[in-house]
Amino acid sequence: MSAIVSGPELIGEALRVGYRADAAILDGVDVRIPPGELTVIIGPNACGKSTLLRTLARILRPAGGAVLLDGADVRSLPSKVLARRLGMLPQSPIAPDGITVLDLVSRGRYPHQGILRSWSEDDERAVDDALIATGTLDLADRQMDELSGGQRQRVWIAMALAQQTSALLLDEPTTFLDIGHQNDVLELISGMRDASRTIVAVLHDINQAARFATHLIAMKDGRIVAEGRPTDIVTAELIDELFELRARILIDPAYGVPMVLPGG
Amino acid sequence: MRRALTVRTGFVSVRIDRRMLVLAAVMLTVIVALALWAVTLGSFPISVGQVADTLLGGGGKAARKVVWEWRGPRIAAAILFGALLGMSGAVFQSLTRNPLGSPDVIGFNAGSYTGVVVAMMLGASGYAATVSAAVVGGLIAAVIVYALAFRDGVSGTRLILVGIAISLFFGGLNQWFAVTADVDEALRAAVWGAGSLAKVTPAAVAVAAAIALAALVIMPVAQRWMSMLELGDDTAAMLGLRLERTKALLVVFGILTTAVVTATAGPIAFVALAAPQIGRRLRGRGASVDLLSAALTGALILLAADIVAQHALPGILLPVGAVTVCAGGAYLLWLLAVEGRRR
Amino acid sequence: MTTTAPASALRRRSPAATASALAAWILILAVLCVASLAFGSAQIPLPELWRAALGSSDAISQATLLGLRVPRTALGVLVGAALGVAGALMQAYTRNPLADPGVLGVNAGAGLAITLAVAFLGVTRIQEYLPFAFIGALVAVILVYLLAAARERPPSPLRMTLVGVAASAVMVGLSQTLALIDVQAFDRMRFWGAGTIADRPSGVLEAVAPWIAIGLVLALMSGRALNAIALGEDLARSVGARVGLTRAGVAVSATLLCGAATAAAGPLAFVGLIVPHIVRPFTGPDQRRIIAFSAVVAPSLLLICDILGRFMAPGELQVGVVTALIGAPILALLARNPRAAHL
Repeated sequence: MSAIVSGPELIGEALRVGYRADAAILDGVDVRIPPGELTVIIGPNACGKSTLLRTLARILRPAGGAVLLDGADVRSLPSKVLARRLGMLPQSPIAPDGITVLDLVSRGRYPHQGILRSWSEDDERAVDDALIATGTLDLADRQMDELSGGQRQRVWIAMALAQQTSALLLDEPTTFLDIGHQNDVLELISGMRDASRTIVAVLHDINQAARFATHLIAMKDGRIVAEGRPTDIVTAELIDELFELRARILIDPAYGVPMVLPGG
Repeated sequence: MRRALTVRTGFVSVRIDRRMLVLAAVMLTVIVALALWAVTLGSFPISVGQVADTLLGGGGKAARKVVWEWRGPRIAAAILFGALLGMSGAVFQSLTRNPLGSPDVIGFNAGSYTGVVVAMMLGASGYAATVSAAVVGGLIAAVIVYALAFRDGVSGTRLILVGIAISLFFGGLNQWFAVTADVDEALRAAVWGAGSLAKVTPAAVAVAAAIALAALVIMPVAQRWMSMLELGDDTAAMLGLRLERTKALLVVFGILTTAVVTATAGPIAFVALAAPQIGRRLRGRGASVDLLSAALTGALILLAADIVAQHALPGILLPVGAVTVCAGGAYLLWLLAVEGRRR
Repeated sequence: MTTTAPASALRRRSPAATASALAAWILILAVLCVASLAFGSAQIPLPELWRAALGSSDAISQATLLGLRVPRTALGVLVGAALGVAGALMQAYTRNPLADPGVLGVNAGAGLAITLAVAFLGVTRIQEYLPFAFIGALVAVILVYLLAAARERPPSPLRMTLVGVAASAVMVGLSQTLALIDVQAFDRMRFWGAGTIADRPSGVLEAVAPWIAIGLVLALMSGRALNAIALGEDLARSVGARVGLTRAGVAVSATLLCGAATAAAGPLAFVGLIVPHIVRPFTGPDQRRIIAFSAVVAPSLLLICDILGRFMAPGELQVGVVTALIGAPILALLARNPRAAHL
C-alpha cells in the first residue's frame, strides 16, 4: 500500500465574478473544497454553480478575490504546472470531427509532454490506465462521433484521468445522457474517489448529488446557503429555499442517503 | 492495432502516424516527379535525363541555363509558395474551426492588393516597392481584422465575419482604383491581383526557401498547439495551453507565410483554402486539418496549376491565380456539396 | 414603454404611428432626390430646378446637367429600392441578419453572367444582357441556398454567409479572369464593376424599371407568408402558410430585383444588408412593413452615398465604392455584437 497522500485542497476567497461589470454572479464568495472528498455543487439554474466551478478551474478570472490550490494562488502557477495538478471536464466539450478515442485521450497528456518527448512510456501507461479505468479500452480505435452519449462521456473522463491530476472538476457530466448512462458515469466518478484525490462536480439532479456526494454545497443567487454531508443538510427546508418546491425527504433504504420527492 | 509508429531514441520520444508517413513519402515522390517533368516542358526541348544530369552537376551549358535560370526557379517557387499557402490556410481553418476560414477570405489578400494599388498611385512600381506595399497592406488589413474581432478573446465566427467585412472594404478601394486609373495601370494591378509566378526571381525563391525552412522547424510546435485548440478553448486551457498567446502566435505564423507569397507573386486565390481540406481527406476519413498534409498538398496544387497556366492554352500565358480560381472554385463548391451530404 | 424585451417585440405599433413614420421617410426621400439633382460638380440652385421642372430651362448647361442627373437620381431610387427589398426578403427568408445580395453571391452571379455575355457574345446593350443577369442571379440564388442547406435545414446564418462569400469569390474570380483575357472586356467591365448609377447608357432605366416593379410587387405579396416563416417552416405550415409557394416567390422576386439592379448599376453591396436593420426600429418584426419601409429607406441610403461620392474625392467616387466603405464597418460592428458569436 502506498503511503496515504492527502488530496489537494481548493479554496476560493472572497470571489467576485461577473460576466459584465455591473451584475456580479458571485459576490464575495468563500468556499473550501475539502481534500479527498467527492464534493458536489447543486442549486437552481443560474445560481452560479458553473461559474464557481469554472473560477476554481481558472477558466474564469475573478474580478476580486483569489483561488488557492494547496495554499498557492492559482494565477501564480504556470499553466502547464497547474494543468498537471488540476483538470476540468467542461460542460459541452468539443471533439474535432472524426477523432479517435485513443487520440483524444492521448491529448490529455499534454501538460506532461514536450516537443521531443511527446509520447513517453509514462504517457502510454497513463492512457492505458485511463482507458481501462473507464472501460473504454475496446473503443480505442473507434471514432468519437460513432459512439453513444454515454460512451463519449466516459472517453472524456478518460482524457481527464490520463491527465493524472490530483484534483478533478466536472461541469455537469451527466447532462444530455439517459438515465442508464448517467448512472454509469456517476458510478465511475464515485469509484475514482480516493483520499489522495479531490473531486468536484456540478450536478443538476439533487437525488444524484445526495446519493454520490460525500460533501455537498448548495448555492442560490450566487451565494452558498448550505454545505456539509448530504444526510445532514438535505432537508425539506433547504429544497424549498433552493427550488421553491415543497418536497418530502425520504431515506433511500438501499444506500441510506436522502431522496427528494416533490410534492408536500 | 495501433496505427502509429513509436520512436524512442535517446532523449526523443515521439509517436508518428504510420499513414501520415506513407502519405508524405508518396506526395514527395509525386511532387518531385511532376517537377522534373515540368522542367522539360516549353519551347526549348530538354529531356528528363538531361534535367537529372544537370541537377547532379553535369549537363551542357544550355541545359544548365534552362534548369537553373529559366524554369527551375519558377518551379521551385511554385512548390515552396504552395507549401506556405497550404500551411497558412491550415492555421486559419484550425483556429476558426471552419473549413472556409482562410486568409483570402479574412481580408489579407484584399488588403495587400490595396497596398500595391496605393504604391502604384504614388508612382512606385518597382519590384521592391510592390513587395513591401503588399506586405504592409496585408498586415494592416490583418491587424484591423484581428483588432475588431477581438472581444474577450477571438471567436472563429467573429473573425470570419469581420474578415469578410474588411475584405469588402478594401475591395471597395480597389474597385475605385480600377476605375480611376488609366486602363494600363488598372490592368497591371488586376494582373498582379490575379497572382502570377512569371516574375519570380531566384532571390525571391531563396527568401521563400528560408521561410519554408523556418516553418518546417516551427511546424511540430504549431501543430501541437493546433491540435489542442481543436478541443475547444476551455479544454485547451485546462490542459495547460496559454490561449491568447498561442492563438496570437499562430495568427502571426499564418499571416507571415501568406505575406511572403502575396508579396512576391500577388494574391493567389484558393490554395490556402483548398489545400488543407484536400490534404486532410487524403489522410483518411475523420482526420482534421494539419500542417504537413496541407503543405504537401499546397505544393502539389500550385505546381500543377502553374503548369496548366503556362502550357494549357497555346499561346496564352495565364496568371496562375486564374487557374487556381477556376479549379479552386469548382473544388470548393464540390466540397460544400459533399460536406453537406455526408451529414 | 419599458416592458421586457420579448413583450415589446410583440407590442403592436399603432398603424397611425407607422404610417406617419413612412410618410416622413417618403418626405426624406423626396428631399434627397432634390438634393441629388441640385448637388454635384456644379450646384444647381433650387429656383432653377423648380423652373426646369415646370418645363422652361434657361441655360443649356443646366439642361445638360439635369439631363444627366435626372436619370441618375431615378436609377438610384429604383436600384436602391430593388436592393433594399431584396435584402429584406433574404434576411426574412433565411432568418439571417447578415444576408445581403452582395454577400450571398447573387450579385456576383449576375455579374458573371453579364461578363460571359460581354466577352463571348459581344453583347453591349442592356436589353441584351439583362436576361443574362437574371439567369446569373437565379442560378446563384439556387446554388447558394442548396449548398448551404445541404448540411442543415435551415442553414445557419454563418454557413449561408460563408457559402455566399465562397460562391461570390469564385464567380468574381471567374469574371475577373475572363476580363484579363479580353482587354476590351476588361475596360468595359471595370466601370460597371465598381457599381455606379452615373453615366449609364441610355435606355437602362426603361429596361429595368418594369422588372423591378414586378419584383417589388411580388415581395410585398410574400410579406404575410414571411411573417409565418419567421417562426420556422414547420410552424408556418401548421398555420397555413404556403411555404413552397413563398419560397418560389421569394426566389423569383430576389432574382428579378437583384438581376435588374446589378445589370443596371453593377454590383452594389451592403445596401440590402444594412437597410432592414435601420428599418426595424420603426416597423417592428412585421415583414410587410419592413419590405415597404425598405423600399423607401434603401433608395434614400443609396442617394446619400451617391451624393457623398460626388464630394469625397477629386473626381467622383462611384456609389458602389461608397457603400463598400460605409457598409463594411457597419457589418464589422454588427459582427461584434455578442449575439453574432452564436450564429
